[in-house]
Amino acid sequence: MSSLFRSEEMCLVQLFFQTESAHNCINELGLLGLVQFKDLNPEVTAFQRRFVKEVKKCEEMERILRYLEKQMVKSNIEIAETTEREMVPCPRDVLELESTFEKLEQELREINRNHDTLRQNLIELMDIDSLLRMTEDFFEEAETLLSCSEAPSEDSMPMTISSPRTTRRNSSFSMTGISGPLHLGFIAGVIKQERFPAFEKVLWRLFHGNFVLRHAPIQVTEEVEAMQRGPVKKDVFIIFVQGEHVREKIRKVCEGFHASLYCCPKTLFERKEMSNSVMTRMEDLRIILRRTEEYRSGVLKRAAEHLHEWGSKVKKMKAIYYTLNLCNIDITQKLIVAEIWCPVADLASVQYALVNGSEQSGSTVTPVLNRIQTKQTPPTFNRTNSFTEGFQAIIDAYGVGTYQEINPASPKQSLVLMDVLLGGRYIILLMGLFSIYTGLIYNDCFSKSFNIFGSSWSVRPMFHPRGPWQNKTLHENHHLQLDPIVPGVFSGHPHVFGIDPIWNIASNKLSFLNSFKMKMSVILGITHMLFGLTLSLVNFVHFRKFQEIFLQFLPQLIFMLSLFGYLTFLVLYKWSISLSSESAPSILLLFINMMLFDYHPEHTMLYPGQKAVQIFMVVTAMFMVPVLLLVKPLLVYRNRMKSRQQVFSNHLNDEPAADPHSSFSQPQKEELVSMGDVCVYQGIHTIEFCLGCISNTASYLRLWALSLAHAELSEVLWRMVLQPGLKLSSSAGSLMLALLFAAFAVLTVAILLVMEGLSAFLHALRLHWVEFQNKFYEGSGYKFTPLSFDSLTKTQQ
Amino acid sequence: MVSHSLALPMICFTTLWGLVGIVAPFFVPKGPNRGVIITSLVLTAVCCYLFWLVAILAQANPLFGPQLKNETIWYLRYYWE
Repeated sequence: MSSLFRSEEMCLVQLFFQTESAHNCINELGLLGLVQFKDLNPEVTAFQRRFVKEVKKCEEMERILRYLEKQMVKSNIEIAETTEREMVPCPRDVLELESTFEKLEQELREINRNHDTLRQNLIELMDIDSLLRMTEDFFEEAETLLSCSEAPSEDSMPMTISSPRTTRRNSSFSMTGISGPLHLGFIAGVIKQERFPAFEKVLWRLFHGNFVLRHAPIQVTEEVEAMQRGPVKKDVFIIFVQGEHVREKIRKVCEGFHASLYCCPKTLFERKEMSNSVMTRMEDLRIILRRTEEYRSGVLKRAAEHLHEWGSKVKKMKAIYYTLNLCNIDITQKLIVAEIWCPVADLASVQYALVNGSEQSGSTVTPVLNRIQTKQTPPTFNRTNSFTEGFQAIIDAYGVGTYQEINPASPKQSLVLMDVLLGGRYIILLMGLFSIYTGLIYNDCFSKSFNIFGSSWSVRPMFHPRGPWQNKTLHENHHLQLDPIVPGVFSGHPHVFGIDPIWNIASNKLSFLNSFKMKMSVILGITHMLFGLTLSLVNFVHFRKFQEIFLQFLPQLIFMLSLFGYLTFLVLYKWSISLSSESAPSILLLFINMMLFDYHPEHTMLYPGQKAVQIFMVVTAMFMVPVLLLVKPLLVYRNRMKSRQQVFSNHLNDEPAADPHSSFSQPQKEELVSMGDVCVYQGIHTIEFCLGCISNTASYLRLWALSLAHAELSEVLWRMVLQPGLKLSSSAGSLMLALLFAAFAVLTVAILLVMEGLSAFLHALRLHWVEFQNKFYEGSGYKFTPLSFDSLTKTQQ
Repeated sequence: MVSHSLALPMICFTTLWGLVGIVAPFFVPKGPNRGVIITSLVLTAVCCYLFWLVAILAQANPLFGPQLKNETIWYLRYYWE
């Protein structure tokens, strides 16, 4: 019982163990996952903690591991998963791991650097190669120019040179002022294609056309793309100019545009030689690059086998150092003191784990457990299995229970129909089972009723000679109502299980069902709330707050019972007695008149003496309100006055040597909450409870509303979708029926199961959280978060 | 089954849910789930019994009867017992 109703009993335990065995012990405790370490150094900042260096080292290692992982992912190397538990590394292994990691990182970085350099070189060589090939054409042109120009002529020669590959504008220009053999110098290079137009413009502005510029785009092959990691369009250009001075200027312009310049030999023979050497160098580079990549993937593959293992080891180390930071290191450096919260039931396993740990580390001294009493609030721990986990998660979403108060995670939540999607599968299962039961009670299955036990109503007695009807009454009237007063119409014993099937075919079905369902909702609601109130009593008993029982629980109980308990009684009483329908009083009117003290002689009562009983109930309820409001603050006030007087008298009697501060500080410590706060809190609580009673009771009427809506939806689906399909008499009727049934099925699942199921779950949850839990649940605890390596690895994945 | 009055079903169902809710908890085997099972049994018994009780009490002394179409009455007159 206690395991579900309350959170586990926790105890505060002091642990003493040796420094050498610290790692293994904490490792064992982490594997156990049942122990929460308390921070013994709360004033110390993170940077001043003892093991901050080690934690930093672990973080550094994690960074390296992440870098390795990224590299592996980039090179598409699979990282092996490890499933066995690894032993925790002791501090020596940490150093080893650290050095391994650093070496790996350095190696990898170096490889990457080399690879990049090689790549750059290859790209350059490729550029030179393309340059050499393309400028062949230009040089041929230039030579024809030279041969042409040897014909002495001082006229300007139109040079409309249009090579099929160039895209410059066709315009003539002159090379004036030159006589004799032309001495053209040139500059060749490679520039990005997008920069080329601007480049050309700048050159024109500077040199006014005293140059010949040729350019052609480099063909982008696949290899080039792979080398460059993406398509970058480049152009080869060559500029023919005269004069050194101009060449310098052009060089500067090229630098400004980030064009790479290459020296191109002048003669054909030299160019051919250069081309060949470039080719061989490229081949060499390609081989070297391939080798580098193979080596790199080899290194990464070897690391990938251990990556996961290292990762979890480092995580564990970090957790252990972090935990060690929370403990107290003894001055003599030999002993570590830790304080842990752990469930009382698990003390034995904790001891066993510690003994294991110290044995592993080879120390002879076993760790000492010392349970200490404390006034501090322990964390809240609810032991769950897969069945109760779903429910507990829902409760914790509202508020983690205060230590050891009643846990409202009861396995049954729903009072209305249909399945649900949130939470665990067991919630869905239980809701489903209860929905089936509800359907049996309401006698409503796809809006049709079962007639298993036979109806309690019969029609024949309504006819002559026993009843008022004739055959012609049937012909004249479309609707006739059965009268229970006529003997035999109602058999005297109600339908054994659930609602009578005759109501399904009655046209005034809703009159009966609404009344029934509303009253049922109110009865269920009041029962639920009384249950909640009783749980608060159990809490008070458990925490030994017996005064609260009289100050809080009893007035609340009496208030609730005298008003709403009486309402329930009225409903049940009216159901149990037989009345004539004309003189039957309405419960609602009775209740209203009771509250207003409105008693007229023409108002019929249900039972003799009702007036007196009702007046008594209302007066009692009204009397409970000031009791709830005032008694507790008054008592608190009186207690404080008494304790203050005692302190004064003690102070007068004591010798002057006694420290005056201590005796004054005592009552001040207990007076953490002032009188004003107590009064306000109690006032709020009273108003909340009393008004809440009424509104919460009405809130339960949502059970009726949802039930009605669901029944109506079900009926609509039958009457508008399936029934017309069944009535079809045409030749294609069977096909139509198949289609209509498909529509019926889809709508049923989507609307009645999914939507209504969610709605039912939501409303049930709201009733549970608000109306039920505000009678007793505080929910101000903090959750038990043990050191557990299982949860660490889970978060890693 | 001929039920003479309200008493017979009342006794039957009260006994049934009483068995489920009050007697069965004593026979739950000891184990870590004992509390959950007992709570489930008691809650099931209380909820189901209350639901059934309200349903049967609401029909025990009806103040008005069902209003039927004349065709339905005609059918029921001859085909229902």
